[in-house]
Amino acid sequence: MTRVRALGTLGTPSGAAPAEPSFGVFSGLYRGVSTELRQALRSRADVVEPLVFFIIVTSLFPLGLGAEPERLAALGAGVIWVCALLAVLLSLPRLYAQDWSAGALEQLLLSPYPLPALIAARMLSHWLLTGLPLALLAPAIGAAFGLGGGALLLLFASVLVGTPVLSMIGAIGAALALGARSGSLLIALLVLPLYIPALVFGTGTVEAWRAGIDYAGPLLILVAMSLAGAVVSPLAAAAALRIALD
Amino acid sequence: MNPFFRYASPPAFYPLAGKMIPYFAVAAGILALIGLYLGLIVAPIDFQQGQTYRILFIHVPTAWMAMFTYFVMCGYAILTLTLRTRLSALMMQALAPTGTIFSALALITGAFWGKPTWGAWWVWDARTTSTLILLFLYGGYLALENAIEDPQRADRAGALLILVGSVNLPIIYFSVQWWNTLHQGSSINLTAAPAMARIMVASMLILTFAAWAYTIAVALVRVRHKILIRERGTVWVQDLQTAASGI
Repeated sequence: MTRVRALGTLGTPSGAAPAEPSFGVFSGLYRGVSTELRQALRSRADVVEPLVFFIIVTSLFPLGLGAEPERLAALGAGVIWVCALLAVLLSLPRLYAQDWSAGALEQLLLSPYPLPALIAARMLSHWLLTGLPLALLAPAIGAAFGLGGGALLLLFASVLVGTPVLSMIGAIGAALALGARSGSLLIALLVLPLYIPALVFGTGTVEAWRAGIDYAGPLLILVAMSLAGAVVSPLAAAAALRIALD
Repeated sequence: MNPFFRYASPPAFYPLAGKMIPYFAVAAGILALIGLYLGLIVAPIDFQQGQTYRILFIHVPTAWMAMFTYFVMCGYAILTLTLRTRLSALMMQALAPTGTIFSALALITGAFWGKPTWGAWWVWDARTTSTLILLFLYGGYLALENAIEDPQRADRAGALLILVGSVNLPIIYFSVQWWNTLHQGSSINLTAAPAMARIMVASMLILTFAAWAYTIAVALVRVRHKILIRERGTVWVQDLQTAASGI
């Protein structure tokens, strides 16, 4: 009798009966994230391009505005945050594009795993591949802008906790604009107004530190936005995906 | 069954809307004339600001209607997503351009007020920024509606977008309480006596109702157009067309 490997099991010792497959939220998350990360390993260019864009565009500002140290330090947090926003924006179409053209998105809807869990897995892996590297790069760029030690630490922290919101809102926007004309420009128009609060609080954290006032407030609001987004946005993105694919 | 539910059907709503438009349009005109007369001619000069404060009689109604229109669109969005009624989606689409225009007007008239009083055409404080976000949200909604070909998909995707953006409304409304902003707090409360002279409050309220009546009239005109376009394959619309062209 052939032993059928059930979906959702992590592997069974030979000879034993396959374990009961579970199609719950956490197994959906695990499957989704592992699939996405494996996919990313195969197309590393897709992952690296937004980061290269980030580095290039942040370099444009000192060249365009002049390299005066005080001005660069004053503008640094804002410029880095805006460029991080744009880099995340550029990486959004690839959330669904490949699967959509291959017809695999409908398979996602038919999967036994809850769709919000699979979407949440996509958001999480998008953040791991885009937001986390941006957070690691941001202090390096910040140092090039002449920001001090504490400001660099807060820049890292604010980008780290702010980019999950960006991935989540971006996933909703990318699902809404799926298959519409002028796809990535439309995604930008939909998603940028909703990114503005994250931008305001992200730069507000660093600017508060530089001004010597309380910096924990904006940072904690970013954390709150990410936590609230983690609860609500997979549901919204799943609804958006169902609308786009029905 | 509630007898009003029959008006959720486009062929029943179309003539009803046609009958309602003149009443709201005339009401908007009369209220606007009264409100502008009271505000621009009768109301006294402000103690600090002189004559320049009178732009508020346009700014406050347009800002309020921009937010309220978005709120009404949220209601229609919920109906579209849960009940899947066409007419709620069409009403949402009919309200969007008016909301956009009002929020743009609110920002522009606010700038005209801000220059003499604050000294700057624009400040990036909480309320102005969140109203700017509201304008961008309206624009994004219009872009999405235009970009999706399939009408049912466009309805539902637009409804979801409106609901996702609705987090901005409490931010605008409470921004003057939550942040130390340059924009003044609310002068008109439901519970306390207003901080302004009664004649100014009265003319602002009259102009707000005028803007409301105008929005309803214009949305009804638009929704009638959209009904005709969306339902152009049906018998009742084709009967209307033959009746209109046959005369």
